[in-house]
Amino acid sequence: MSKHVELGLTDSEYALICEQLGREPNGVELAMFSLLWSEHCSYKHSKKLLSALPTEGERVVMGPGENAGAVDIGNGYAIAFKVESHNHPSAVEPFEGAATGVGGILRDVFALGARPIAILDSLRFGEIDSARSRYLLDGAVRGIGHYGNSIGVATVGGEIYFEAPYEQNCLVNAMCVGVAQTNDMVRAAAAGIGNQVVLMGASTGRDGIGGASVLASAELGDAGDSKRPTVQIGDPFEESKVLECCLELLELGLLVSLQDLGAAGLTSSAAEMASAGDVGIDIDVARVPLREADMEPFEIMVSESQERMLAVVEPEIVSEVLRICEKWQTGSAVIGEVTDNGRIRILKGGDVVGDMPIGVLVDGCPLYDLDPAQPSGWIYGNRAEISDEISADETLLALLGSPNIASKRWAYEQYDSMVGSRTNRRPGSADAAVLSIPEADTAIAVAIDGNGRRVACDPYTGTVEATLECAANLACVGAEPLGVTNCLNFGNPEKPTQAWQLTKAVTGLADACTALGLPVVGGNVSLYNEGADGPIYPTPVIGMVGEVPDPGRAAGIAWKDGDSIALVGPFDPSPAGSELEKLRGRLGPGLPDHDIGAIGEALIAIREAVRSGLAKTAHDISDGGAACALAECAIASDVGCNVDLSTLASLRDCSPADALFGEGPGGFVIAGDRSELERIGGHGVEMILLGTATGKEVVIKVGEQKIDLLLAEASQAWDSLAQRAED
Amino acid sequence: MGVTWGVLQFPGSCDERDALNACSLAGDAQLVWHDDRDLGGIDAVVVPGGFSYGDYLRAGAIAQFSPAMGAVAEFAAAGGPVLGICNGFQVLCEAGLLPGALLANENLRFNCLQVDLIAGDSDSPFMRGIENGERLSIPAKHQTGRFFAPEETLDRLEANRQIAFRYAPGQNPNGSLRDIAGVTNETGNVLGLMPHPEHAVDIGAGGSADGLRLFAALGMVAA
Amino acid sequence: MKARILIRPKEGILDAQGKAVERALPALGFEGVGRVHIGRLVELEIENADQLESLCEKLLANPLIEDYEIEQIGES
Repeated sequence: MSKHVELGLTDSEYALICEQLGREPNGVELAMFSLLWSEHCSYKHSKKLLSALPTEGERVVMGPGENAGAVDIGNGYAIAFKVESHNHPSAVEPFEGAATGVGGILRDVFALGARPIAILDSLRFGEIDSARSRYLLDGAVRGIGHYGNSIGVATVGGEIYFEAPYEQNCLVNAMCVGVAQTNDMVRAAAAGIGNQVVLMGASTGRDGIGGASVLASAELGDAGDSKRPTVQIGDPFEESKVLECCLELLELGLLVSLQDLGAAGLTSSAAEMASAGDVGIDIDVARVPLREADMEPFEIMVSESQERMLAVVEPEIVSEVLRICEKWQTGSAVIGEVTDNGRIRILKGGDVVGDMPIGVLVDGCPLYDLDPAQPSGWIYGNRAEISDEISADETLLALLGSPNIASKRWAYEQYDSMVGSRTNRRPGSADAAVLSIPEADTAIAVAIDGNGRRVACDPYTGTVEATLECAANLACVGAEPLGVTNCLNFGNPEKPTQAWQLTKAVTGLADACTALGLPVVGGNVSLYNEGADGPIYPTPVIGMVGEVPDPGRAAGIAWKDGDSIALVGPFDPSPAGSELEKLRGRLGPGLPDHDIGAIGEALIAIREAVRSGLAKTAHDISDGGAACALAECAIASDVGCNVDLSTLASLRDCSPADALFGEGPGGFVIAGDRSELERIGGHGVEMILLGTATGKEVVIKVGEQKIDLLLAEASQAWDSLAQRAED
Repeated sequence: MGVTWGVLQFPGSCDERDALNACSLAGDAQLVWHDDRDLGGIDAVVVPGGFSYGDYLRAGAIAQFSPAMGAVAEFAAAGGPVLGICNGFQVLCEAGLLPGALLANENLRFNCLQVDLIAGDSDSPFMRGIENGERLSIPAKHQTGRFFAPEETLDRLEANRQIAFRYAPGQNPNGSLRDIAGVTNETGNVLGLMPHPEHAVDIGAGGSADGLRLFAALGMVAA
Repeated sequence: MKARILIRPKEGILDAQGKAVERALPALGFEGVGRVHIGRLVELEIENADQLESLCEKLLANPLIEDYEIEQIGES
């Protein structure tokens, strides 16, 4: 096999490189092209689709193309945030993969000059009864905890799903949220001919060489173990020093621009900084501090050693910058210069070892059209775990104990959710995390969502639902969403089914965001997520940041004895794609259509009800349907309920089972004083009184059907994850 | 009031701003950089939580040698009140300012959860107004919090009223011997506590405000 | 000289890591393994070998909970 094919470039891509250079690339150049022209860096299979996403809005401070997106929260402050995948590294080595995933997304946020204040994670594994899944789960949770806890950034939320299609290819998506003074924020574009390029942080070793092209753009087969040497190792202590150092440098206004080193290391950060600033750049690999002395120039350029940042600094300020690096005991070296020739030149002392036009390297990769085709049926498997014959009581217990629905306390108690003293609603207590931002005299809510199974059933509607779900979680704490970030985790886009999933999902995301008036300010695409058994469930993960003017009123999910309970919104329960259909082994293609406009109205009604204090608690109906939502509120508050869903069933003309366990967007369980709840309905948004919070039993009636469970029993089922994870 | 607090900051500290906030609710507060030999006329010291120097080698092992810790040792020897929280407790043990040592949690995991503490009968300036046997709800979050000391040392600590706090029955999150959550030195002016009182100073933040009592207690002494 | 220092938990102190490894072994088919203790290995070069002992006592090991052994592994 020729070298360029081995590095992941096609023959026609290679021919194009030769044509643009007017010669064949040398080894250093070929390595750099292979990385920047990989899917991971070039987005060559997704860029055309992504242009459909709305990216503009009044509150947008920074949009796609920067290290992270940012939205204005007033009083001179902005919130920077982004979600990114670290799937393939985590599938190979879950602890380090997840840890460095957190480290990488933190750098994206502080590269903007924002102090990271929160981390959220979206994780997917195979079924929990697989030993491999438990190994990956345990490693990923420990890795996230290790990095986030050690660096002192609170992990405040997230989600975990267990589905067989993730068995070979787990997903680890990490989202970071930071706060910045809008005036102090810095962009990634290099500027100022003659300005110096300073590499800060850890020394450069052989970690992750070939990571971007070999790991992130190829399917994982059985070769997982042999890829181990390319996994990067994280050092949160080093990052904490680099973080403090960079924030101090930015606060003092000493940096022209700043960029983190992520996938493709120095190659991508140097080339992208120069490209964004429309300048050239020289990098002298002989000046890069190395961990192993005998590294080749190409290895130095593509190394993915962690905890490194690249800054552009005016020549007369360099010594001051180096002094502050010294104060924080973090490494620093001048390794290059901004030039006016539009080229990236790699030097080794006096020798030029690589020389390419930046435009070709960064933007020259051809963008491909996909060749989508809808599959004729359900391409994923089915496995029945419960029989259709079991009672409603047993069904509810099975759902509450399903690892997808069960409490994730086992995981989130391994994360420091409090450091920074901003966490106003701790994990498990509300639908979204609420963080106070006293410097801006406000608070924000953050959430991350994406049920891949429903997207597998219907990529368009499933992605609309994921967006609505995230917005719903924000609404429940009274937050108005300001911006969206996303991570699109899909299979091989060169295959028609996966291309169809990706195309439909991006359209769904664009439509939902447009309908809700939400700008997409950043994101990440992770393709080729496949194992020997086929692609993962298509999994768009949606992250949102919203504004909460009065965090004191942010509703939790725990109601009080004597509260009235109501259901709000156009929720129309359907068995399609539900957790119950999964447990019954009856999944298939298709989800019902939704009226996004009507659901948007309900989101506003809930937000206003929470903000005004009319709704004391709010919980959106999601996995496991209304019965699970009600049971979760009861468990969280240790107060049972006595409710009746008959009105819902008759209004929607659905079966009792669907009223109990059917799923769909646009439904909220709220509680409070009856007279106050009654004031919520009537603004064009439907409100059904269901009953009362009381006692130590979960009692839910629908016509002749009745669930009557001891709260303790429900609670035990719901809290079963630890036992199954550590089995 | 009128207490001026100094909160140490090492590379790798995490909870120093949280501690600073808690201290400022009970006086004035300033950060003290690990390189400073001069504590600058403060009335009380907090050695905060986090992962000083990455907790490499052993939790708290490297921080004990910082110039600021040298100053803290002198401050403590002169009777100055010193509160070590979590990593700060580990640092004070490593520095020999407190008895015992902290080992990896029995389940080898980081555990972050609200726990109930039972106050002991220690004669410490941080415990004024806190009755023997009183219950305080305070979060704990650590991976290396299992208090250890030889049996005879534990007996001596009990006899000397140096057990400042124990985890309430059934709530020991780490396997600490005799459920010990916090101890004092012999003279009571140095207190080490594994749970985080600085994260329990504001009911609005979803927990309790019981932790504030430890900070406020010092004001009662100084007044 | 070049020295290697082995640091391990003192006899009688619950070694949670050692216990965890011990518990995992039977499941992997390794029977009859017991008394697993996990410690640290430090290698260093030192000009004044007389300082080694106090360096171990003060920093490398915590004598309250750890034992250590110093092994000379060569001249530097």
